[in-house]
Amino acid sequence: MNDLFAVVMLLGIYSLLSASFFVAMDAVDVAFTEAAVGAGISTLLMLVVITMTGRKENTKRHKPFLALIVVIFTGGLLLYGTFDIPHFGSADSPIHNHVTPRYINDSINEIGIPNIVTSVLASYRAFDTFGEVVVIFTAGIGIMALLSVAHHSEDNHKIAAVNDSMHERYLVIRIVSKILIPFILLFALYVQFHGDFGPGGGFQAGVIFAAGIILYSMLFGLSITRKVISQPFIQIISAVGVLLYGSVGLVSLLQGGNFFDYNVLLTDPVAGQHLGILLIELGVGCTVTSVMIMIFFNFAERRELQQHNNIHNKDLES
Amino acid sequence: MLHLPILQVVIPLMAAPLCLLLKRPQLVWLFALFVSTVAFIISLLLLQQVSTTGVISYELGGWQAPWGIEYRIDQLNALLLIIISATSTVVLIAAQTSIEKEIPKNKHTLFYILYLLSLTGMLGIVSTGDAFNVFVFLEISSLSAYSLIALGKKRQALWASFQYLIMGTIGATFILIGIGLMYQMTGTLNMEDLSQRLPQVAQTKTVFTAFTFIIVGICLKLALFPLHLWLPNAYAYAPSIVTAFFAATATKVAIYLLIRFTFTVFGLSFSFTTLPLQGLFLVLGLMGIIVASSAAIYQKNIKHLFAYSSIAQVGFIIIGLSTNSVMGLTATLLHLFNHAIMKGAIFLALGAVVYQIGNSQLVNFSGLGRKMPLTMAAIVIGGLSLIGVPLTAGFISKWYLLTALIENNWWPVAILILLGSLLTVIYVWRIVEVIYFKEPLAENTSVTEAPILFLISIWTLIIANFYFGIDTRFSVQLTQSAAQSLFGLSP
Repeated sequence: MNDLFAVVMLLGIYSLLSASFFVAMDAVDVAFTEAAVGAGISTLLMLVVITMTGRKENTKRHKPFLALIVVIFTGGLLLYGTFDIPHFGSADSPIHNHVTPRYINDSINEIGIPNIVTSVLASYRAFDTFGEVVVIFTAGIGIMALLSVAHHSEDNHKIAAVNDSMHERYLVIRIVSKILIPFILLFALYVQFHGDFGPGGGFQAGVIFAAGIILYSMLFGLSITRKVISQPFIQIISAVGVLLYGSVGLVSLLQGGNFFDYNVLLTDPVAGQHLGILLIELGVGCTVTSVMIMIFFNFAERRELQQHNNIHNKDLES
Repeated sequence: MLHLPILQVVIPLMAAPLCLLLKRPQLVWLFALFVSTVAFIISLLLLQQVSTTGVISYELGGWQAPWGIEYRIDQLNALLLIIISATSTVVLIAAQTSIEKEIPKNKHTLFYILYLLSLTGMLGIVSTGDAFNVFVFLEISSLSAYSLIALGKKRQALWASFQYLIMGTIGATFILIGIGLMYQMTGTLNMEDLSQRLPQVAQTKTVFTAFTFIIVGICLKLALFPLHLWLPNAYAYAPSIVTAFFAATATKVAIYLLIRFTFTVFGLSFSFTTLPLQGLFLVLGLMGIIVASSAAIYQKNIKHLFAYSSIAQVGFIIIGLSTNSVMGLTATLLHLFNHAIMKGAIFLALGAVVYQIGNSQLVNFSGLGRKMPLTMAAIVIGGLSLIGVPLTAGFISKWYLLTALIENNWWPVAILILLGSLLTVIYVWRIVEVIYFKEPLAENTSVTEAPILFLISIWTLIIANFYFGIDTRFSVQLTQSAAQSLFGLSP
């Protein structure tokens, strides 16, 4: 298939289907993340890229036979590997009998929140989650390092004019989104602070919040969004998120515990766990939101640059 | 002292976002240099602690492993931590000067952030005792590596970085699949715990698959022949400082992972019997040495030349592993250490040349021996160390490798290794010839010696090359006892 738009849509559908698959397997937290990230934000970002690259893929110059052989071989090996995997849901499989029982039986006393997945992510394995946040931060910085362009303030009004004329055509979408966006943002906040009790948490919340803002700027133009959220501001927030997460660990060091030992944060260990999880989820939310917006900004600014050059060329021609 | 293992990783990690708040490039450079030095000091303290009190285990979040994540430092980890943090510090000394001419001014701060993140990633991979945590930090180091390479001045850097991104992502995914399958069969992610629980399920197809995926994934990362195709361009087109840093560290970290998974997690009896790993490593290592060294001889760009030489050196390192003996493993670890100092020095010197003349084509090196005597001497000494001339560090590791091969009675292999060293002589001689016996090009007549910061960092590494070639107490003792403990013998 060489229609990139269709490819992106199919990818989105694929993510949504796998999300429902995860729900069927009782992994709602994973499903939620997959839906928000795979079907939501990455589809949006890829659409932005398509507006720059064009909709059709160039015709291929080579036939990827070697790649096909590698894929078939790898797939075969994977299938071979599944023969000895314990049956799904069988009670005596090792994953249910070694580490998990403690999470299920004791996490409510040790951490004190009903969502076990959040307990594992945010406390037992908090350092992994910290690493993931840093991965996202790295991605944001990397994209900024590669794509950021120096500003062209002249001609900006021209682009704005072009954008506005385009937006007139999508009146229905604009009005519907304008009604929806406040609810999207509100929902993001709900997901952020409700992660202790139901599926959710900083990652999903951050992605949803960012999706709301990205949707707004896609429909109403980047210049309006920039009035509220400037690049330097969003960069600082992304750094603050990581620092907030990390300083929770540092504070527990200073209180005499190990890194990320929330028990020592307050006199009551369970309250300490609550506080720790709340703070790190906030850090995750900050970094994820701002990195997503940052990525979008950098893509969109490239696009502006392209438009700017197009206008410039047209001016030269006429 | 108690918290050193975590501080080793968290200090550079937290420093990275702080750089974003500092903004001014000059300041950020000094800050990064300071942070890297601190990391180096911590790694030395850790080594001292390990050698006096034995393995250090640190429970993150206060949760006991396998429920929580454990940091586990033994002599092998300590050695790698020193290699990484030491080369990072030395390379950073020259960084500000070098990137002035290679990276646009507005990206300097971002460059240092990515550099620190990459450092964090590598330190994290080495420190952790948890298989999934390895993957997380692998992602940090890889993502920052892709962006750092893409920052290269030429347009080809983007393509090189993209190739590396695809290959690296496949490698990382393979490793993740392997870890997932292992978790399915054992219910744990902690390496120590895995090593105890895997033998019970060792005969299953799933564990076999997991092992295969992990080994192939890691071999992609360490550029073992024939999975090396991403490496030459990535090294040649990346900014010089990045090449120097990665040539000295990145493949080393992958080799560490290979050793950790084959020796500790899966255990020797499993690793060397389920797959014909011994033979595979031996053949691929030898082919790597011969093919990559021959390719190096024909390169026109010196960065490409030494990139191929790095692939050949990976061959030497892997052959040490394939001997399955304490002596061979000692040779492998020694060469990890020694190769880091020589390649670091060589690529830094190339960075100095790029700083002065703008590119690293072999033709442009004509007669530079008189224009930049100290830098050129460094390249030659680094080259001699690569060949394995006595009194240089390279001699020691080659010597140990040959001894290990002879112990195993693998005479043909030993001869092929010597042949590989002969090929090294050829490509190093090509450079020497151009540097000292040709007249300088017309446009290079006004070239002068490299700036002082460059010379400091290059010559620190060159002196280390001599030091560890003469006084081998530190390096040999450390690697020997690390090798012994990996084989389960008490040092």
